[in-house]
Amino acid sequence: METLIQAAYLIAAALFILGLKQMSSPVTARRGILWAGAGMVLATLATFLSPQILESDQVSINIMLIIIAIALGGGYAWYSGKKVAMTDMPQMIAMYNGMGGGAAAAIAAVELIKASNEAAHDVTGSSTIADMLGADVAILGILGAIIGTISFSGSIIAWAKLDGRLNRSKLLPAQHIINALLAIVTVGFAVAIYFTSSIDTIIVFYLLALVLGVFITVPVGGADMPVIISLFNALTGLAVGFEGYVLGNAAMIIAGIVVGSAGSLLTQLMAKAMNRSVANVFFAGVGTDAAAASGDGSEGVMKEIQAQDAGILMSFASQVVIIPGYGMAVAQAQHKIWELTQILTEKGVTVKFAIHPVAGRMPGHMNVLLAEAGVPYDMIYDMEDINADFKNTTVALVIGANDVVNPSAKSDSSSPLFGMPILDAVDSENVIVIKRGRGTGFSGVENPLFFTDNTKMLFGDGQKAASELIQAVKEL
Amino acid sequence: MIEGLAAIYIFMLAGFTGYEIISKVPVILHTPLMSGSNFVHGIVLVGAMVALGIAETTAEQVIGFIAVLLGAGNAVGGYVVTERMLEMFRPSEKKTEGEGS
Repeated sequence: METLIQAAYLIAAALFILGLKQMSSPVTARRGILWAGAGMVLATLATFLSPQILESDQVSINIMLIIIAIALGGGYAWYSGKKVAMTDMPQMIAMYNGMGGGAAAAIAAVELIKASNEAAHDVTGSSTIADMLGADVAILGILGAIIGTISFSGSIIAWAKLDGRLNRSKLLPAQHIINALLAIVTVGFAVAIYFTSSIDTIIVFYLLALVLGVFITVPVGGADMPVIISLFNALTGLAVGFEGYVLGNAAMIIAGIVVGSAGSLLTQLMAKAMNRSVANVFFAGVGTDAAAASGDGSEGVMKEIQAQDAGILMSFASQVVIIPGYGMAVAQAQHKIWELTQILTEKGVTVKFAIHPVAGRMPGHMNVLLAEAGVPYDMIYDMEDINADFKNTTVALVIGANDVVNPSAKSDSSSPLFGMPILDAVDSENVIVIKRGRGTGFSGVENPLFFTDNTKMLFGDGQKAASELIQAVKEL
Repeated sequence: MIEGLAAIYIFMLAGFTGYEIISKVPVILHTPLMSGSNFVHGIVLVGAMVALGIAETTAEQVIGFIAVLLGAGNAVGGYVVTERMLEMFRPSEKKTEGEGS
């Protein structure tokens, strides 16, 4: 039986790796998730036959509890995952990721409490958790516990921030110093667990790690959230891998470490796309104090345009580049924009979509949203491919985007966005910005693009503005 | 059980594998892939089931229960959202001659 279960885990691990591999190409991506899903079902079913579980004293109660927990947790996740809008995907990923981290931390807690009980009743004189578990298992178990717990509470905060439930970027004065102290104390307790058998130490350690996760995530600026979520994703993978070692489970080790390393690389790619180092993300809060300072830099008047005129401008353009941002998705305007694109194409206008690496809330998020509306991916261009093309563009239509076209990222070294690569919409002949109001973007930084001579503002809700544009273009 | 040097080999090889998988991914798939890898570490469910399965005291059962609850949420939720996202990546019917850009 044991061999059979191990074989099932091995097959599952192979399916995960092959599945992830297929997910890295748009052609096979769908098959990839199906394979990985099959691996998960196989591993879960095999685990029910595990002798460790079947030989337990409370086998019937425990199995019942397992089934209830899977039904509740899985049922809730199924329901919420089916219901969530595409725009809210990033925070959902953060939430599910946090759950995984929490599960890894809870596994470690069970093992540590078990060892602590055994140590307390041990007659041979070995009395620490390390004696009971062995040094390697104890160290990796505790490491997994601290990483998993931070990922758990941190992901919950990331979810709350992206979901608009939490707007604070500061809890305490000198947050970074307090975080550093808290981290040191938490690590101190982690080391202490190794050398003691006290339940209290374990409890205090978990509480500290929970608070640490919260404190680390709260100061992170909204624009940096994708990096954090990706990082927590990698950390959860690592924690799962470590707990896999504790339990002697090869599938957990392989899957966890694969995600850990893939996630770390993905985090670096994202941070690079935003021209920020991962350390920078943690130790600088964009859009808090700095935004106010640079706010008065942009003097001038925004020039308004009516949909009618904007429509004329676009109908007679040779090339229109649409720069969609998260605001477009929130307004559910992507379908209207696609309709507008089709009409313009019929009129002989070349239409392209320009996607900033961090458009939306995550790299690739905007591509998902446009794909949902039916935009074929050969019309969508990455930043590097389109930037030189703005000089040949008659109209750049910015809808719901702001920070990604902010030229102060290039010119103003005092801007918090300074250094972030941007889409050079400012180079095109005309810029039309569809925007709900005169406010600043997600990072809270003023955008000088809106005040330049060739920029016209089309104020209004994204979907309504797009409908008016369609109307205007059709009438010509 | 996997111990000592064998474990280190597994850690190392798995690490390289993850790196290899990600290093050639187009930007358009970053979000689905992050979601997909989020699903894969839902394998923690298996460990959580073992942790609850070997629980003896009530405290262990409660924590184990939480572990399975969260693990199942990770696995199922990760699958559902990834599947929904990837469902949209179908090649356009009109222009299938190349993936362009």
